[in-house]
Amino acid sequence: MGILEVKNVGKRFGGLQALGDVNLSIAENTVHAIIGPNGAGKSTLLNCLVGKLIPDTGSVMFDGQSVLGRKPFEINQMGISRVFQTPEIFGDLTVLENMMIPCFAKRDGSFEMNAIGSVMGQKDIIERAEQMLEEMNMADKRGMNSASMSRGDKRRLEIGMCLSQEPRLLLLDEPTAGMARADTNNTIDLLKQIKEERDITIAIIEHDMHVVFSLSERITVLAQGTPLVEDTPDNIKGHPKVREAYLGESADQ
Amino acid sequence: MLGLNKKDASLLLVVVILTMFAPFFLNPFPTESAMAQFNAGYPDLMQRFVIFGIFAIGFNLLFGLTGYLSFGHAAFLGVGSYAVVWMYKLLDYNVLPGLLLAVVVSAIFALAIGYISLRRSGIYFSILTLAFAQMMFAISYSDLIGRFLGISLTNGETGLQVYTSDPQVLLNDWETVPHLLGLIEMRSTYTLDLAGWSFDFNAGYYFCAFVMILAFYLAIRIFRSPFGLMLRAIKSNQQRLNYTGLNTRPYMLAVFVISGVYAGLAGGLMASMDPLAGAERMQWTASGEVVLMTILGGAGTLIGPVLGAGFIKYFENIFSKINENVLHTWFNFMPDGLENFVVAIIYPFIGKGWHLTLGLMFMMVVIFLPGGLVEGGQRIAKLLKRGKKDDDGANTATATKPAE
Repeated sequence: MGILEVKNVGKRFGGLQALGDVNLSIAENTVHAIIGPNGAGKSTLLNCLVGKLIPDTGSVMFDGQSVLGRKPFEINQMGISRVFQTPEIFGDLTVLENMMIPCFAKRDGSFEMNAIGSVMGQKDIIERAEQMLEEMNMADKRGMNSASMSRGDKRRLEIGMCLSQEPRLLLLDEPTAGMARADTNNTIDLLKQIKEERDITIAIIEHDMHVVFSLSERITVLAQGTPLVEDTPDNIKGHPKVREAYLGESADQ
Repeated sequence: MLGLNKKDASLLLVVVILTMFAPFFLNPFPTESAMAQFNAGYPDLMQRFVIFGIFAIGFNLLFGLTGYLSFGHAAFLGVGSYAVVWMYKLLDYNVLPGLLLAVVVSAIFALAIGYISLRRSGIYFSILTLAFAQMMFAISYSDLIGRFLGISLTNGETGLQVYTSDPQVLLNDWETVPHLLGLIEMRSTYTLDLAGWSFDFNAGYYFCAFVMILAFYLAIRIFRSPFGLMLRAIKSNQQRLNYTGLNTRPYMLAVFVISGVYAGLAGGLMASMDPLAGAERMQWTASGEVVLMTILGGAGTLIGPVLGAGFIKYFENIFSKINENVLHTWFNFMPDGLENFVVAIIYPFIGKGWHLTLGLMFMMVVIFLPGGLVEGGQRIAKLLKRGKKDDDGANTATATKPAE
């Protein structure tokens, strides 16, 4: 039994069958990549996991509990954190404030009415946020307005915010999309470091084969809404079906 | 001090000083001088300054922190007023039970309206709040519910007022006007005449000012609290907040209710100063006014809404008082033809045309000072600072030379 079990999930948008019959099992403490050509249903699948979409058929179980019908914040509180394709951070807030919000969510749950106490009086939250910034090598940026950072730094902050909640499953949606090569490599290094240092399961959706092959332990190839094959990176590389559906196309580019 | 950091504490102190000494600040011109008409230190207007200050502070908690633009906040203002007048009718002229009821009733209304309106965000939220406020205006204006129940609940277009036939079970013989616990009447005013100047110290004003300071203090605490941080996060990126395990709905509903209570309190204070309540207080123009005040002063800043409220109320009352005759006396020194010409140019902007002036000023502020009057103040402060720094720099440059 994996930590995340997706069974017979289907999702239809009008006339388009975005997901056919997806079965997927992600084992605990592995890095599992989901790849596939454009329109294969990768993002739809991800959205079904985090509560943004509800699949028409099938079930999604996280750690033995169904996530279907739950709201995104409830699913997050179960232990699933999500990193977006374009970094989603609180652009109007400082870097430290950004980091404090998931710490509040971790400590107080989904809603806590504390309208009288001062933020600066929350010593444990500030300590935790600063420690997290330290781990992300961002301590020097703590007072900066987060919107003014580079894309790579925003990504780093977003990943840090997700990690500060100590999730059991981290979902990454094309974490290096639109990044310069240097930022991409930094992100790969960061993810490798996370993988080594923490007990965490990572599911990653990615276009960039360099990223996929340098990180993942298992790969699922999705094409036209159904999983084509699931195997180790080495086997995927040589798989004729995959070459045909996906890699051949990208090798031409 | 009081759980505030140094900067906030000094801001609070400034507000306290400004409100406490307002009768002096607002009457800078001697009574007999030609400039006396620019004096704003009479009780009625000073009360309005602080009452609308409370209204705007509350509105800013919602709009400034979360970015949700409510276009129906006047509904709570009206509800608060009706609550206070009803307490006059049932009990007596003591304002406290009424204000308490105003807080409770406006909270209930805000909870109901917020619960439904907050299902949508952006423009749809604004339209929903506007629709609710207009419905409440229409219901009050025609006293629909009152007629249905066979009583006079809002007294329709006449407005709610106290009649001698009302129960007023706690009424004493001496009670004829609103008062605080029988200690002091709201209208009682002490006038200090000082060598040509005249200053009014009104009990009602000081009562409202005290409430406003309290409201302002509470607003600072909310701004600096974890709750305030979450509200700012909602404005910044609601999606990220949802995927960070935080439920935005209860946060929004809580701040909507707090904001509605501020408005209800302001409405209650209006009726505490003058024991009347009319449906026109709920009209959409009143809701629009508080939006203007907040944006003009600086949305999302602490002091901005108070400044904006004061600014608009000042111009409403002072500009609208200037008439053609006053203009003619001002430009008396000019040759007749020129005088008439200048008066004809300025005339549309004064008196009943003061809205034109307000509109122009609002445009100027939004275009050139998007952060409102507060941003204007900050820019001036920056300029002064830079000028000072340059001076210092020049001084030290010349001063260090001989030392070397």
